[in-house]
Parts: sequence; structure tokens; C-alpha cells
Amino acid sequence: MIRVENIHKSFGEHEVLKGISTVFEKGRTNLIIGASGSGKTVLLKCLLGLFQPDEGNIYYGDKAIQQMDDDEKRKLREDIGMLFQGGALFDSMTIEENVMFPLRMFTNRKRSEMLERVNEVLARVNLEGVNKKYPAEISGGMQKRVSIARAIVNKPHYLFCDEPNSGLDPNTATVIDNLIQEITKEYNITTVVVSHDMNSVMEIGESIVLLKNGLLVWEGSNKDIFKSDNKDVIDFVYSSDLFKKIREVQLKEG
Amino acid sequence: MLRRVFSGFTKASVLKELIFKEINDLILGSLGIVSFISFFVGGVIAIQTALNLENPLIPKSLIGFATRQSMILEFAPTFISIIMAGKIGSFITSSIGSMRVTEQIDALDVMGINSLNYLVFPKVVALMLYPFVIALSMFLGIFGGFLAGVYGGFTSPGEFVTGLQDSFDPFHLTYAFIKTIIFAFILATVPSWQGYFMKGGALEVGKASTNSFVWTSVLIILSNYIVTSLLLS
Repeated sequence: MIRVENIHKSFGEHEVLKGISTVFEKGRTNLIIGASGSGKTVLLKCLLGLFQPDEGNIYYGDKAIQQMDDDEKRKLREDIGMLFQGGALFDSMTIEENVMFPLRMFTNRKRSEMLERVNEVLARVNLEGVNKKYPAEISGGMQKRVSIARAIVNKPHYLFCDEPNSGLDPNTATVIDNLIQEITKEYNITTVVVSHDMNSVMEIGESIVLLKNGLLVWEGSNKDIFKSDNKDVIDFVYSSDLFKKIREVQLKEG
Repeated sequence: MLRRVFSGFTKASVLKELIFKEINDLILGSLGIVSFISFFVGGVIAIQTALNLENPLIPKSLIGFATRQSMILEFAPTFISIIMAGKIGSFITSSIGSMRVTEQIDALDVMGINSLNYLVFPKVVALMLYPFVIALSMFLGIFGGFLAGVYGGFTSPGEFVTGLQDSFDPFHLTYAFIKTIIFAFILATVPSWQGYFMKGGALEVGKASTNSFVWTSVLIILSNYIVTSLLLS
């Protein structure tokens, strides 16, 4: 579980996060949604410790990240898996080396044991026979799956995903969404997904926070979001033509 | 930046592999171009010196002397380093810059790896072998001068070798290698800084590579002047 308490973050005069408080539960896919510039990525970077909040606390379990010493922070980072928007695979390494990377850095396992674990996670994300290929030789969807494999290879307790569906076709995006949700349940981890994709909201949004101009304006689940009469939710959800039409039909049918 | 490069060390077994990879990319990968340029520039120095010797009272051994002095004091350490600022400097900036653009550096940071130590320290260590590249450049330049001078009919082998040995001051080699070590450090750190702290996309990677070459060259020239003033004046 991750608890966020009254997080403020500014860049110069511009206040990006204006007092965010929420809880990201274990064993659930927690979505942070919002329009571009709403502060999603800054919040994510604060959660990851890449940005230091100006005010407020972020608790991993019972301990605030700001109170951790360097050793505790390092251990926490080893316990975090991250799926970046573009995959962020190391392009000078093969797929096998990419997935093995966290094991090589943080464990003292034998190569054969590491290889076994790599093959296990690659099979889990339905990627087999690509071990010796380089990231540039596989598709964007496959790169995302490799990135998920790399994120979970060291059995982390926290998984962060930044726009996991960006640049993917709808079918592949659904595969990635389902994979994230399945892994969250299977490993019983705390998963936080930053997205502005309504398909992801509907597919995996067990717990959703909506940000607008640095403020948390709504919290709920994918079951609640379409019933909400919160103006900010309506503005966000029904911003596309398709959803506007659905809304019109819903209103007509009462 | 430098404090982080030399702290928070990457796991030794991984670091060892990274250092060998950098030696391969930065040192071994440069030998071909350095050899080619040094050999022919040495030849050109010998020919030009010979063609400017109009006074019959000046001995032909001056061709060997001038080739040695030019190669050891300036061409090998300084001008090869400026050429390397273009070759390995651009390579370092563009490879680290691409990693920045594609979030690979963020991935290292999120994993709790000191990305500056992981990326830059192996380059600094690999470039400590750079004096060997310069030593090869000196040797090949003088050898090129010898072949051009002798087989071009400008001097005899004996005269050239006499010139090579004439008024040889071993401190000139010490001076050349002292500045080579300084240039190696500049070659490893300035392009890394340009790549690591760049912002933007592919276009900015190109701009960072250009800036990297400019700043590395400027710092090499300036430090060359300072070291020469301190050690030879």
C-alpha cells in the first residue's frame, strides 16, 4: 500500500501539485487519470522518488519515503518495477539481457538460475523465442511486454506504469492492460498506472483518482465513473466524440 | 556531477564488463583512424620540412628532428585529441543523449542505480588507456615521416635517425603524456555531461553532439595552453 498525504510540488512559480492525498491499495490496479498537464506524471515521479515534494509525505507501508535513509531508499527502489511510456529498454542489450538486468544488479544468483527466471517471466508475458533479439527488432507491443517482464523479474511489491498503452493499437493495448491486471493479482502487488486512456479506465480501473490542474477532483472505480455527476469527471470521460454520443444516448434513455 | 560519477558504485562484476565494453568502443575502435591520420600527417610534416630546407647549411637531419618534435609535442597529444573530440565525443554524447530521450536513464534511476556512475565512470576508466593511443600515434607519425622522407628522396635513413636522436629531451614525452591524461579526462566527462543533461528529442541529441565537440575542443585547446605554460615555459 502507498499512502500519499498532502503532496505539493512546484516548478518555479508554477504549482503543479496542490495538495494531493490518496491511498493506492495493495492487490489492485490504481489508476491516476487526467488531461495532459494535470500533474499525473509529476505525481508519479514524486511516488518514484525522482522528484522531491515541496510539502507532504509519501508512505510506502508505514514509512515515509522522506524519512528513509539512503540504504532504505535503495532497498525500496529494488522493490519497485516500472513500465515506462516508451518501454525504456536498453537498446544495446538483447531482450534476455534487458530482463536479466535487475537480477544481475541486485542479486548474486548464478547465471543459470537467472536465465531460468528470465525465461519464466518472458513466458508469463507470452514472449518466447525472442531472447537473443534486440529491442529494435521487435514490435512496440512486444517491447512493452518485455518491459513488464523486466519490471516483475525481481518480484517487486510495487509496479508503476506510465501511459502503458501509448502508441499501441486497441487490441494490443487491451492485452497490455489485462497483463498488468493479471500480474497485480498474481503477485499481490500495489500497481499504480498513469493513463488518459478511457479503454484502460474501463478495463482495469479498480481504483481511480482523477487529477485536474494539480488537484484531486474525484476518486472511485470504473464502475462509478460513468454514473458520476461530477462535472470534471463528465468533462474528462465524455471528451471524445464516441463517449459524447454514448452520453447523449444515456441521457435520452434516462 | 563528478561527485556522483565517483560515488555510489555499480556492482563490481557489472562494472568490469562495462569498462571492457568502453575500452572496445572508445580505445580499440579509435585505433584505425588514429593510425591512418598519424601515419600520413607524419609523412606530410617530413615532406614539408624537407621542401622548406633551402639553405644547404641546414642539415637534412632536421627533417627527423622536426617530425619528432611536431608529433610528440603537439600533433599526437593535442590534434589527435581534437579529432577524438569529434569521433568519441560525439559517440558518447549521442549514446547517452539517446538514453536520456528514451527514458533509459530514468529506468536506471528508478531501479536505484547511480546512472552517472554506471554510464560515465567506465568511460573515464577506459580513457585512462588513451595515452597508449597517443603513443601509437607518435610512433606511426614518426614512422610515416621516416618513410616519406627516405623513400621520397629527401633524406637518408641515417640522417633521419640522427635527427630523431638530436637534442632529445625525455621530459617532452612526460609533458605530452601529462596533457594526454588531462585531455582523456575532458574527452570522457564533457561529452557525457552534454548527453546526460540534455533536454528534448532527437534534434536536441544532434545539437548536444555538436556542442559536445565544440566545448571539448575549446577545453582541450585552453588546457593545452595552460599546461604548456606551466610545464615548458
